[in-house]
Amino acid sequence: MTYDVVIIGAGPAGMAAAVKLAALGTSVCVIDEQPAPGGQIWRGVERNATSPVFKALGEDYQKGTSATEAFHAAGIDYLPSAQVWQIEDGWKVFLTIDGKSRCVLAKAVLLANGAQERPVPFAGWTLPGVMTVGAAQILLKSGGMLPEGNVWIAGAGPLPLLYSTQLLELGGRVAGYIDTSKKPTVKALSHLPAAWRDFPGLMKGLRWIWKLRRSGKLVRDICNLQANGEGKLAQISWESKGQIHKRDAGVLLVHEGVVPRIHETLALGCDHIWNDQQKYFAPRTDQWGETTRKGIFIAGDAGGIGGWKAATISGEIAALGIARSLNIGIDADKLRRDASLDDRRKKALALRPLLDALYAPPQQPIADDVVVCRCEEVTAGRIREAARASAPDVGAVKAATRCGMGPCQGRQCGYSVQALVAEVNDLPVGDVRFFNIRPPLKPVTLGEIATLQDVEA
Amino acid sequence: MNPDILVIGGGLHGLSAALQAARRGASILVLERHFLGRHASGSTAAGVRTLGRDPAELPLSLEAAQTWHKMTDLVGDDCGFKACGQLQVAEDEAALASITARIDRLAKQGMHHEKLIGADELRDLVPKISPHCVGAAWVPGDGSADPHRAIRAFRDAAKRAGVDIIEQCQVTSLKRVGQSWQVKTSKGDFNAAVIINAAGAWADKIAEMVGEPVRHAIRTSMMVVTERTGDVVHPVISSFGRKLSFKQTAEGTLLIGGGAQGRLAEDRQSASVDVQALSVAVQAAVRLFPSMVGTRMVRAWAGMEAMTEDHIPVIGFSAKVEGLIHAFGFSGHGFQLVPSVGRVVAELATEGKTNQQLDAFNVKRVSEKGVASC
Repeated sequence: MTYDVVIIGAGPAGMAAAVKLAALGTSVCVIDEQPAPGGQIWRGVERNATSPVFKALGEDYQKGTSATEAFHAAGIDYLPSAQVWQIEDGWKVFLTIDGKSRCVLAKAVLLANGAQERPVPFAGWTLPGVMTVGAAQILLKSGGMLPEGNVWIAGAGPLPLLYSTQLLELGGRVAGYIDTSKKPTVKALSHLPAAWRDFPGLMKGLRWIWKLRRSGKLVRDICNLQANGEGKLAQISWESKGQIHKRDAGVLLVHEGVVPRIHETLALGCDHIWNDQQKYFAPRTDQWGETTRKGIFIAGDAGGIGGWKAATISGEIAALGIARSLNIGIDADKLRRDASLDDRRKKALALRPLLDALYAPPQQPIADDVVVCRCEEVTAGRIREAARASAPDVGAVKAATRCGMGPCQGRQCGYSVQALVAEVNDLPVGDVRFFNIRPPLKPVTLGEIATLQDVEA
Repeated sequence: MNPDILVIGGGLHGLSAALQAARRGASILVLERHFLGRHASGSTAAGVRTLGRDPAELPLSLEAAQTWHKMTDLVGDDCGFKACGQLQVAEDEAALASITARIDRLAKQGMHHEKLIGADELRDLVPKISPHCVGAAWVPGDGSADPHRAIRAFRDAAKRAGVDIIEQCQVTSLKRVGQSWQVKTSKGDFNAAVIINAAGAWADKIAEMVGEPVRHAIRTSMMVVTERTGDVVHPVISSFGRKLSFKQTAEGTLLIGGGAQGRLAEDRQSASVDVQALSVAVQAAVRLFPSMVGTRMVRAWAGMEAMTEDHIPVIGFSAKVEGLIHAFGFSGHGFQLVPSVGRVVAELATEGKTNQQLDAFNVKRVSEKGVASC
C-alpha cells in the first residue's frame, strides 16, 4: 500500500497529527505497537473507561477518551499491534503484524513514537524485583495490576510522583518513597515564575508532593542507592548524612526521567542535538518538525521531552508541515497562526524548564562492578578498560566488549557507555556520539525476513 | 614522529603488515581515519577459508591457513580461531558436479585440502541440514575466528613490537620529495620512506593522491546476527552458487552473510542495509536450516570493502611511484589472508622484495586507463 503519510505511534502526537492530516485530505496510515490507541499516557483508555481504575488514573488520563474518539472518526488506516522494524529510503516502512512482515510506502513519515525511561545503572538494578516505574504503570493501565509486598519507589521527576498517587488512590501500599533528586538550586527556582503559566500543572505536582509528605514515607537527600539479594531483591540500602540505611524490600520501582526515542532517527542518519541539561540526544528539526532527512518528520516526545499536551500540539504542527511539503494547496503558515499553535505550545511547555532544572539526570559515577549492558552482561569496569585502549568512540567499545550488541541494541546501555567514554577521555559527554543503530529496530524472525520477497514494494 | 614505514589504514591488513615489518626492525606508524577495524575488518564474518578460493590466491591462503593454526605464535592470542571446518554444500546434482570437477582440478595441481563428501557424511557433520542437500566440499582445517578479538590481538602485538598507531587521523595529501614521502594529515605532518596503502574501500583515494589512479568498486556485504540459539551447527556452511555463509559463533548466535549487498551512500562514506536484498540470503539460510525460521534476527549491518573487477586483491609495489606498496581490493574475502599478506607486504617494505609470486595481484590490472602518465 502507498500513502501520503505513514505515522508511527498512536499516542497524543500521532493521533493529533493523523486527525489533522486526514482533515486536510491526505491519505494516512497509523502504525502502532499497542492493541489500542493512546500511547503511554493514555494506554488502555478505551477499555479502562468502564473499569474502577479509570477514576484513580486521574483527569489527564480521562482526557484520552475524546482524543481516541476523534482518532477513530477521522477515516484513516490504522494498524495496531504492529512492530516497525526498518525504515528505508523511499520511504519504505517495514513492519510485522501477526508474525507476518509487510512493507508500506509513503511520501512522508512522521515519527511520533515517544520516549523511553532513562536507564540508570546502579548496584543490583538487574535483580528480579527491581523494575521501572514506567513498567509498573503499564501493568496498572493494561491490567489494573498493583505491586504487592514491601514496595519501594525511588527516583525523580513527575512520573514516580504521579504513579505513587495513582497507587495510593487505588488502595495500594508503599513502604517508602525515596526522592533521588538533588535539593533545588537558586537557578532551578529561577524558572518558577515562568512555570506559573501552567498553574494547574504546577498545583498538580505540588499536590502529589504534599500527599507523599503527609504519608510520612518520603526519604530525601540520599545517595548510593543499592539493591541487594540472592537471585532476587530482598533488601535495599542507601546513604544519608554519612549513615547507611537498610530496609527489607520485595519490589523496587525506579525512575530517573525519560529520554526521546532516537533509534529510528539515528538509524536513518538524521542529525541530532545534545541536550546538556537533560543529557539526551534529540533529532534536529526545523519549525515544522522535519528532520535533516527530507520527508522524515518528528512530533511529541520523540523530538524532545515536553509531555502530552505539547506532544498534541507538535503533532498538529507536523501535520501542517507535512501537508505543506506535499503541496496540496494549503497556507500552512496561516493555519498555524489561526490555531495559535505556537502560543499553545509555549503554554504547554511552561513547566518544562523548572522540571528539567529540578530533576536533572543523576551524575554519580557508575562503579566498576555494576553491569551496564544487561543483554551481554558488560560491567562499567570492562567498558572503561576498552575505552582506555581505543579512540574515544562508542563503536570501538562496542566492538571490544559486545556491549550494545544484544537484542535491545543499546537502548539500555547507550547513554551510559557514552558517558563512560567521555569520562575516560575527559571529554564533554555531548562530544561523544551515540552507537550506530543497525536494523532491525525490533527483533524480527528469520522466517519473516525470508518471506519478504513476496512483499510488493 | 617520522617512521621508516607509514601504513594508511588500521584494518587487519594494515595492522598485520605493520606488525610483521616492525619485527623486521623498521619503525612504523599506522594512521586510521576512524578507529581500528571500523570498516571491513570489524564487519566481517571472519571466515578462515581455503575452500573454494581462486587458484591465484591459494598459495597465500594455504600459508595463512598454517599460521591460523598457530596464531598465538604470531600475535600472542588465537583470535578466537576454531578449526571447525568449512563446508560448501551442493543443493543439487549440477552443483555437486561442479564441486567434484574443482576438487579433481586441484588434485591434479597437487592440492588436496578440499575433500568431496556425500549426503550421508554431510548429515553426520550437520544433522540439522535440510534433506535436499546432496553432498559437499569439506575442509576440516578451515574454520572461523572472532574479528574483534583478532583486531585487538593484532593491535596489541603491533604495539608491543613498537608500532605507533594514531586513530581518528585522516590523510589529506601525499607528496614524494626525493627519497621520502611528505604526508599531511588531520593530526599533523609526517615523513616516511615507504607508504603502505591498506585503506580498504578508500584505497583508490590514496592511489589518486600519489598520481596512480586505480579502479575499484565498493563492496557492501551485509551480515545478520541472530539471538542466541541452541546447538545448530559446528562447521561454517556455504552453498555452491548461492550467496550464503552460515555459522554459529562462540556466543551461540547465528551469523548469516555471504555477499548480499547493501546500499552505498552517495558520498561513498557509509553503507546501509537493504532488507529486500538481505532477504535473499536469509531465504538461502532457512532453506538449508528450516528449523531456524522462528529464530529472531537481532542485528544486520553492511561493511565496506574495496572490490576489484576480477575479485582478486592488489598486492605489491606501485607501478608508477617509488616507495609505495598497495594491499587492497580483498573483495570481501581477505580476512583469512591477513597473516600471509602481512608477511609479504612487510618483506616488500623492509627488504624491497619477496619470494612470493605476486603477478596475479599486480596493480596494473586495475590502473585507470586513459589517464596521462606523469
